[in-house]
Amino acid sequence: MTLHAKRRLVNRVALALSLAAMVFGLFWLLAILFEVTRLGFSALSLDLFTKMTPPPGSEGGLANAIAGSLIMVGLAMAVGTPVGILAGIYLGEYGQRGWLASATRFFNDILLSAPSIVIGLFVYAVMVSTMKSFSGLAGIVALSLIVIPVVIRTTENMLLLVPNTLREAAFALGAQKWKVITLVTARAARAGIVTGILLAMARIAGETAPLLFTALSNQFWSLDITEPMANLPVTIFKFAMSPFSDWQQLAWAGVFLITLGVLLLNIVARVLFKDAPHT
Amino acid sequence: MDVTAASPVVPVTTNRVEPRREHSPAPRTLRRKSGFGDALFLNITRFFAILTLLTLVGIIVSLVISSWPALQKFGFSFLWQSEWNPPAEKFGAFIPIYGTLVTSLIALVIAIPVSFGIAFFLTELSPVWLRRPLGTAIELLAAIPSIVYGMWGLLVFAPLFGEYAQPALAATVGQLPFVGALFRGPPLGIGLLTAGIILAIMIIPFIAAVMRDVFNVTPAMLKESAYALGATTWEVMWRVVLSYTKVGVVGGIMLGLGRALGETMAVTFVIGNTNFLSNVSLFSPGNSITSALANEFQEADPGLHSAALIELGLILFLITFIVLAASKLLLMRLRVHEGSKT
Repeated sequence: MTLHAKRRLVNRVALALSLAAMVFGLFWLLAILFEVTRLGFSALSLDLFTKMTPPPGSEGGLANAIAGSLIMVGLAMAVGTPVGILAGIYLGEYGQRGWLASATRFFNDILLSAPSIVIGLFVYAVMVSTMKSFSGLAGIVALSLIVIPVVIRTTENMLLLVPNTLREAAFALGAQKWKVITLVTARAARAGIVTGILLAMARIAGETAPLLFTALSNQFWSLDITEPMANLPVTIFKFAMSPFSDWQQLAWAGVFLITLGVLLLNIVARVLFKDAPHT
Repeated sequence: MDVTAASPVVPVTTNRVEPRREHSPAPRTLRRKSGFGDALFLNITRFFAILTLLTLVGIIVSLVISSWPALQKFGFSFLWQSEWNPPAEKFGAFIPIYGTLVTSLIALVIAIPVSFGIAFFLTELSPVWLRRPLGTAIELLAAIPSIVYGMWGLLVFAPLFGEYAQPALAATVGQLPFVGALFRGPPLGIGLLTAGIILAIMIIPFIAAVMRDVFNVTPAMLKESAYALGATTWEVMWRVVLSYTKVGVVGGIMLGLGRALGETMAVTFVIGNTNFLSNVSLFSPGNSITSALANEFQEADPGLHSAALIELGLILFLITFIVLAASKLLLMRLRVHEGSKT
C-alpha cells in the first residue's frame, strides 16, 4: 500500500469511528428517554397528583412528594439566586484583579462540580445534628448551596460578555458605578442570567444525594419546613430499590415527571438564550 | 475564535473554558469619588463572594470535626483496612475507596475515546447546520438527573447486561490469561463493571462538551495551513488540533473524573452494595464511597459508625478537590497559552 493510500485509509477509519461515537452518545439519550417515557407514561394517572405515597400493596400517588419537591426547589431558588447574582456581580464587575476574586472564582468552580452528597453531609453536620431533626429547611439549604455556584458562574460570564462601551457610555453620563451595574450591565446580561437560573433549577430538581441526610422523606402530607419533608427524588430512590412492583410503577411515574421537567427547563433556557440579544 | 461564538448556550454545569475577559477593569480614570450607594453595593456583593469562599472552608472544617472520633481511632490505617463491621465498631475504607476508583477508571476508559470521537465529529465532520442540534442533544444527556440513570440502569440496563453482555464477555475476554480474571464470575447484571458503564454514559457529555469547546479554540489559520500542506482531516485533528489543545483536553478529562468520583445515585443503584470483596472480577458487586454513604448513613449510630462514614465523605471531598483543582489549573493554562499564540 502506498503511503497515500494508507493515510487515506487511516482517515476513513477515524471518521467512521468518530461517527460511531456520536451515534453511541445519541443512542443512550434516546434509549433512556424511550424507556422512561414508555414505563412512566403508562404509570401516569390522576391519583399521582391527588393521593399520598402509599404503603406497599395499596393504592396511592405522589402528591406529597411532588408538593415537597416544588416547595424545596422554589425556596432553594429564592435563597440561592440573589446570593449567586450578587457574588457573581462582584466577580464580574469589581473583582477583575485581586486575590479575593481569583480565590472565589477558583473555589466556586470547584464547588460547582463538588460531589453533591458531600454538600448533604455538610448540611447534616451543621444543621441536622445540631437541631436534632431532619427537616425540609436543611434540604432547602443543601439545594441552595448547589444553586449558588451555578448562578455565580453564569452571572459572571454573562457580565463579561457585555461590551465595555456600554459601561463607558453610562459612566460618561455621570452615573455612579452601582447604578451603572444595576441599570445598565445587569440589564444587558439579563437573558443570560435567567438562563443560568433555569439551568440551576433543572440541576436541583433531580438532585437526590443532598436530600438523603437533610430533608429525608415523609410518608404524609406536610408543608412544615421544620419537619422531614417528602420529595420526589428520595421517594423514587426508595420505591425503585424496593421489590414491590406497585412502588416501582410509582417510581417510574416520578422519574418521568422529573425528566420531563428537567428537559423542559433546559429547552426553555436554551430558547430564551438564543432569542436574547447578546454579543 | 471566541469560544462563546461557536455555541452560545452556556452549559454552566460543564465548567467550560471561560470567554476571554473582554474588558479591562472598569475605566479607572472615569471613576468618580464613590458615593454611599457605591460603597454599600460593593460591600454587599463582596460579602456574598466571601460567603462562597467560606462555604468551602466550612465544608472541610465541619467534616473534619464530625469525623474526628474515627480519625483519631483509626488514623491512616483507615485507608487500607478492608473490614467494615459496624456492630464490632471496626471500620476500614479500603473496599469503598477501591470501588470508587475502579468504577471511575472503567468510566474513563470508555468515556475518553467516545468523547473524543463526539468532539471530533462536532467540530470537524458534522455539517454546520447539524452542529447545534447534535451539540444540544449531547448537552441534554448531561442534564438528565442521575437518579434517572440509576433507576434505568438497575431496572432496564442491568438485566439485559447480565443476560447478554456478561456471558459474552466471560466467554471471550474472560478466557485470556491475566486480563481474563477481571471478566469472570456469575453474571449478576449489577456490579462494579455495570456501575462503571453507567458512569461512563453520564460523564461522556461533560468531557465531550469541554473537548468541543477547547477544539474550537484552535486558530482556524493553523488548521488551514495543515490542510494546505495536504493533511487529512484526521491528521489535522490528531497532529494539530489535539497537540494545540492537549492541556485543555486533559483538563476536561479531569473534570469528568471529578464527576465520576462523586456521583452517587447512579452508582448506588447498580453497584450491588456489599462490603465484601472476594476476587478481582469486575462482575462482582462492591461498594463505593458514595453508595456506602447513601445506604448506611441514615441508619448509622451517632457514634463511631457515623464518624467513619463522614470520614469517607471527607476522603471523597479531598480526592475530588485535588482532581477538580488540577482540571481547573490545566484549563486556565490553556487560556494563557492561547493568549500568547494567537
